[in-house]
Amino acid sequence: MDQILQKRLIEAVAGAVIEHADELTRLDQAIGDGDHGLNMKRGFEAVLAEVDGLAGKPLPDALRTIGTQLVMKVGGASGPLYGTLFMALGKELPDVPTTVDIARAFGNAIDAVKARGKSDTGQKTMLDVLAPVHAELATGGERLLARVKDRAAEAAVATVPMKAVRGRASFLGERSIGHMDPGARSSSLMVVAVCDVFGD
Amino acid sequence: MANVGIVIVSHSPKVAEGAADMVRQMVGEAVPLAYTGGNPEGGLGTDVAAILVAIERAWSDAGVAVLVDLGGAETNTEMAIEMLDEGRRHKVIVCNAPIVEGAVIAATEASGGSPLKAVKHTAEELSPQ
Repeated sequence: MDQILQKRLIEAVAGAVIEHADELTRLDQAIGDGDHGLNMKRGFEAVLAEVDGLAGKPLPDALRTIGTQLVMKVGGASGPLYGTLFMALGKELPDVPTTVDIARAFGNAIDAVKARGKSDTGQKTMLDVLAPVHAELATGGERLLARVKDRAAEAAVATVPMKAVRGRASFLGERSIGHMDPGARSSSLMVVAVCDVFGD
Repeated sequence: MANVGIVIVSHSPKVAEGAADMVRQMVGEAVPLAYTGGNPEGGLGTDVAAILVAIERAWSDAGVAVLVDLGGAETNTEMAIEMLDEGRRHKVIVCNAPIVEGAVIAATEASGGSPLKAVKHTAEELSPQ
């Protein structure tokens, strides 16, 4: 992949997470332990600090390195979960992926996240954004970027009425209903950031 | 063969240290023991790199049983285990047990020379099935 594009993608994803750190923290304070924003910010600041080196690597290597950085720096459950997502994408994607490659890799990466979190869709987690995004990607066709972007945002909102059964939010049971899942929100932010870069 | 080692992974450095103190009081130096708590900046959380160090410090050829508190501690520990050499990975297991009681019971079982499987089983008897 073109180095400049790769750098813009990394900066956009990291920037979206860092900019929304306070919002992610607020969401996590409602139904979790309130560390999601800070943890993700720490992880992506570490990624940004090495953005030039990362931009110069082949795409699969860059994704794997980002995954490792998130695992090592984030400090909460989201570290291994997002780390696994990025590492699996790195394992699955070729240097210059097509839309078909991306859809396939994304599907496999989602399976890796499910295994890591012992979770599935419908449990008020990041998977409730990633899976619909994958479904949209796999459909292909016209206006794909715009559709994927809309789907990501809608899917995050759709976690509001869900009841958490995994993670810290599950301790709240019924009381987790009525709040957006912070992991779903951070996933949608990243997907939208990637779509915006490709859409320019 | 050496006794099974015990690792305690808590979100809180104080909980990890306190649980380790209780284990030491119970079994003395009979089992290799290490603990870790806190995120990479020292706040509440867990740190994969620190968990790897703790596993290393409590290493025993008989294996290592890890006690964790909340979700992220488990996920980060599983990640750390996967990052170990292939030959060692299968010798480290997470016990599904309350962290303090589990650590004390697991260490007591380990101090008698029980194999890893028995240490895990004894600790997990504490959890509702």
